[in-house]
Amino acid sequence: MLKLDNIVTHYGNIQALKGISIDVKQGEIVTIIGANGAGKTTTLKTICGLVAPTSGKIYFQGEDITHKTTSDIVESGIALVPEGRRVFPRMTVLENLQLGAYLNKDKAQVKQDLEKVFDLFPILKDRIKQIAGTLSGGEQQMLAIGRALMARPKLLLLDEPSMGLAPKIVANIFDIIMEINRAGTTILLVEQNARMALAIAHKGFVIETGKIVLQDSAVNLLNNEEVKKAYLGD
Amino acid sequence: MFFEQLLNGLTLGSTYSLIALGYTMVYGILELINFAHSEIYMIGAFLGLIMVTVYKLPFPLALLITMAGSCLLGITIEKVAYKPLRKSTRIAPLISAIGVSIFLQNAVLMLAGPQARSFPAGINITTLNLGPFRISSLQLLILLVSIILMIGLHFLIQKTKLGQAMRATAQDKEAAQLMGIKIDQVISFTFAIGSALAMLGGLILGLVEMLGAVYMSRYKDAIAFAVLIFILLLKPTGLLGRRVQEKV
Repeated sequence: MLKLDNIVTHYGNIQALKGISIDVKQGEIVTIIGANGAGKTTTLKTICGLVAPTSGKIYFQGEDITHKTTSDIVESGIALVPEGRRVFPRMTVLENLQLGAYLNKDKAQVKQDLEKVFDLFPILKDRIKQIAGTLSGGEQQMLAIGRALMARPKLLLLDEPSMGLAPKIVANIFDIIMEINRAGTTILLVEQNARMALAIAHKGFVIETGKIVLQDSAVNLLNNEEVKKAYLGD
Repeated sequence: MFFEQLLNGLTLGSTYSLIALGYTMVYGILELINFAHSEIYMIGAFLGLIMVTVYKLPFPLALLITMAGSCLLGITIEKVAYKPLRKSTRIAPLISAIGVSIFLQNAVLMLAGPQARSFPAGINITTLNLGPFRISSLQLLILLVSIILMIGLHFLIQKTKLGQAMRATAQDKEAAQLMGIKIDQVISFTFAIGSALAMLGGLILGLVEMLGAVYMSRYKDAIAFAVLIFILLLKPTGLLGRRVQEKV
């Protein structure tokens, strides 16, 4: 479904990605784990067209999307829940969700999708008129995920959804990620919390200083001695 | 006398607020102090003057053409001077803005010369009597136009999809892109509207000057600034402004 072929990305003179190749199949939960600054976020931003790769190709559903605009990439069915949630802080919960459906012109469908998001996150319905910047961290994360779902993505990219949240809320969010996946959305999850990510993923990639150093099924990675030592704290 | 002066103040104030609205719109979306805004407003007045005096166009038509012209000017300035610098440091577009401002000022100085021009008294100004108060038809027109524009703008920003996209772009450009918003278009549009408002303000100010200076103290600027400073000391966010709180 998604294929990155030898992607190289620079920030100015710094080479952030040094030839990343990953593939994600329809219906999977795939995770990229790695330390701070390894290039996880850059990988997701490159997929979305927020930063342009220097070389390499990105294919989504067989189509080359390497140099498309972010707007076109979103329209083709990829949505990103960015690191740090990035909800629109001075808008209401409802407005944030409406913006998620910015490209959808079918108003009846948007209304239905809104109800689906409220089913998934009942707390957002209670907060519908509240200004997003005043929500708690967990609620903002739910809003960010809900907002991305409003775009009806075929592939959902999640960047560190556990960041800064209490363990109980993280568990709740990960349950919902699995539920979204069961409903048919393919998921690419980037996490520092490797244990949680590998527990729900089918397949994992380990990224180190801009390179994929290991790829395997999630179960194998959980039992891999190196991964255990470096990322699982055993 | 008090009522007449109050009306003068309101007329002039609403004109200035049109200019200020365009200015804050651009600041809101790019966090850029657009030094060229004053030149757009100056050129708006000149364009209007040319339409009325050289081409002898009726005033409403002159207004429309001038508006279109200033929209174009605003969009061009953004494309040429600000857009290439969008990813650079914050100071770079600021310097670029000062450059545009100096360029436009001198261009008009060369083309039109330094002497002051005034609008011909082509519009019939009648005085309406409202009981004990008198109001000129021009003042009434200016006030009406300003109020309608402000309501229209409020509606655009708060209620339409485009307005929502503008606010999203102002709050977080990257997140706005992730919603599928084409932020370049939104920014261009903001410059177009901001410039049109500046130009309207400029044109109306030109007309207001026709009314001539009315009974005002020599110290009017001093008084105005004293009041401004006083208010800012008590309410730093402005009369109607509020503090923005954000959780990080």
